[in-house]
Amino acid sequence: MNVAAVAGPDLDTRLRIYRMMLEARRFEERSYQLFLEGLVKGTTHLGIGQEAVAAGFSAAMRADDLTFCTYRGHNHTLLRGAPPGRLMSELLGRSEGVCGGKGGSMHLTWAPTGAMGSYAIVGAHLPIAAGSAWAAVERGTGQVAVCFFGDGATNIGAFHEALNLAVVWDLPVVFVCENNLYMEYTPIGSVTAVERPAADRAAAYGLEGLLVDGNDPDVMYETASDAIALAREGGGPSLIEAITYRHGGHSRADPGTYRPDEEVRQWLARDPIPMYRTRLAGAGASEEQLGGIEQSVEAWIEAAVEEAKAAPEPSLDSIATEVWADGGSRWRN
Amino acid sequence: MAELITYREAVAMALAQEMERDDTVYLIGEDVAAAGGVFKTTPGLLERFGERRVRDTPISEEAIVGAVMGAAMNGLRPVAEIMFSDFLATCWDLIANQIAKTRYMTDGQVALPLVIRTANGGGVRFGAQHSQSLENWAMSVPGLKVVAPSTPRDVIALMAASVRDPDPVIFFEHKGLFASRGEVPDGELVGRLGEASVVRSGSDATILALAAMVPKALQAADELSARGIEATVVDLRCLVPLDTRTILSAVAETGRVFTVEENPRLCGWGAEVVSIIVEEAFYDLDSPVVRITTDHIPLPASDILEDATIPSVTRIVDTVTRSLD
Ligand SMILES: Cc1ncc(C[n+]2csc(CCOP(=O)(O)OP(=O)(O)O)c2C)c(N)n1
Ligand SMILES: [Mg+2]
Repeated sequence: MNVAAVAGPDLDTRLRIYRMMLEARRFEERSYQLFLEGLVKGTTHLGIGQEAVAAGFSAAMRADDLTFCTYRGHNHTLLRGAPPGRLMSELLGRSEGVCGGKGGSMHLTWAPTGAMGSYAIVGAHLPIAAGSAWAAVERGTGQVAVCFFGDGATNIGAFHEALNLAVVWDLPVVFVCENNLYMEYTPIGSVTAVERPAADRAAAYGLEGLLVDGNDPDVMYETASDAIALAREGGGPSLIEAITYRHGGHSRADPGTYRPDEEVRQWLARDPIPMYRTRLAGAGASEEQLGGIEQSVEAWIEAAVEEAKAAPEPSLDSIATEVWADGGSRWRN
Repeated sequence: MAELITYREAVAMALAQEMERDDTVYLIGEDVAAAGGVFKTTPGLLERFGERRVRDTPISEEAIVGAVMGAAMNGLRPVAEIMFSDFLATCWDLIANQIAKTRYMTDGQVALPLVIRTANGGGVRFGAQHSQSLENWAMSVPGLKVVAPSTPRDVIALMAASVRDPDPVIFFEHKGLFASRGEVPDGELVGRLGEASVVRSGSDATILALAAMVPKALQAADELSARGIEATVVDLRCLVPLDTRTILSAVAETGRVFTVEENPRLCGWGAEVVSIIVEEAFYDLDSPVVRITTDHIPLPASDILEDATIPSVTRIVDTVTRSLD
């Protein structure tokens, strides 16, 4: 694993990444709270603890690059530029939600800034991301597609089909496995033939096995920048395995008791946000700068939550809209 | 000047017509490029449009369908071939969960103008895993348009309409019809999705058919005519959108309805069509509606067994005659 300290980007970028991680953290904390209050319905899969991956990548991506993520996708969708109030509204099933209340927590999409969807059938979005990269090549747009998925997704067929096609067609797509050590409630190691579910499989597709510290935002930023630059220059796909950890359970109110206490303690001590704060303070960020970001994010999340709570329920007239491109749902004359 | 061509030639002509017109139209699939397709439905396209726009893929149905979905999200109008419709089962997640639902789940943010073409149907002794008629799988999923032409002319016209359609279309090409011939006019041909075709008119009965069942229904209608029974034959052409107006007006004119379906009995398209007829045209009916389908069994391979399973001209003639007695 790449644990050697990387130089990291300039301080402005690092402060931006710090802010992004903090936004993602607060967004998830409030999502959880609103779930417990019964305002967020259905289910949520929080990314608390995994923010460095989303922030490092989002900071390294070009505005027109495309992100594909999973049901654990609040972080990614938010940090690629989805409006926070509308994102939170979607969790609450409100009309001004990014998907008008039709998507919900597992299907956040904000196409205007390239957040091309959260996919809830494990592995399905890997070939879709490859396809969007194929179109980018054919249209000469220079876009790169970045596809985030869990360790569990490396054991489904679509992973292998997508990796193979992306290599054979030399596509500008970066596959990022967020290995949080568990697929749902099962330790990934107990159901996987190799030790490193993504990195050890890279060789099968002629790719380098990249194993990185997914809790280090500088490492993630550098890794992302390199892989994206390679893809943009025509160097084809990359497969990155970022080791990270979710602080909470798999979904909803899962207490995650299947995880050893000691393991949880160790990973909480590696919380990417306080670690990064300490590093930035040592790298010249003033307490005023860091505190300013923190205060501003508190106000930011309150505004998003208030916006969502105040948003109206969807009109029942919207139920049968947008099945087809004509805006409607008619299947007969 | 009309030209006589085969159904299989029509596929390549249709794709060529659309690829010529629109350079965002691409074709991918197993053996579609260099080999011209295992059913020889795409020969010459590689030579004409080049290896970027006509591309062979690995045997990766999920990757093929996922690739056209992602490409459609990002500015192409791609066409994927799934060699046999039976293989749709291996990529059904991408079709039914992803492609069909994306526009709705994103409240219209993401459009998916794509076509998945596939060789469908039996009568060619391939057995149960290479012969199914699976239109009803696609018909049952909101968000998919479903096309199944019966003539070379409709292959071209409806393929053009499918490629130009802003929504995802599953396009079923019937294996049993590939060698059949029909006339196509010169020049560009573009049809409309959701228009059934009354291919024969008669006042005694209406026979509703799709794809390879259309020529059988027509032949049956000729034999029925010799027995003094005049049948209207409607080629549905599309299941979604469904041209219920044409169906219901044929029912009103004849009062007797028969469906001829290649699919196994349960939940075939005819079941849906009959339920619409019964709900909306019950008082136009002079006798119970009869569905002529494959029995609810997998298709056997042996010629004698397969022929006895798929609705035949004789079965159509006998069923209609008995019902009208
Ligand atoms: C094809 C499929 N199988 C099973 C599930 C149920 N499921 C949802 S999340 C999940 C675990 C996925 O684990 P991983 O890929 O490691 O992602 P993580 O949740 O850890 O982010 C499972 C089994 C699903 N959504 N899709
Ligand atoms: Mg996991």
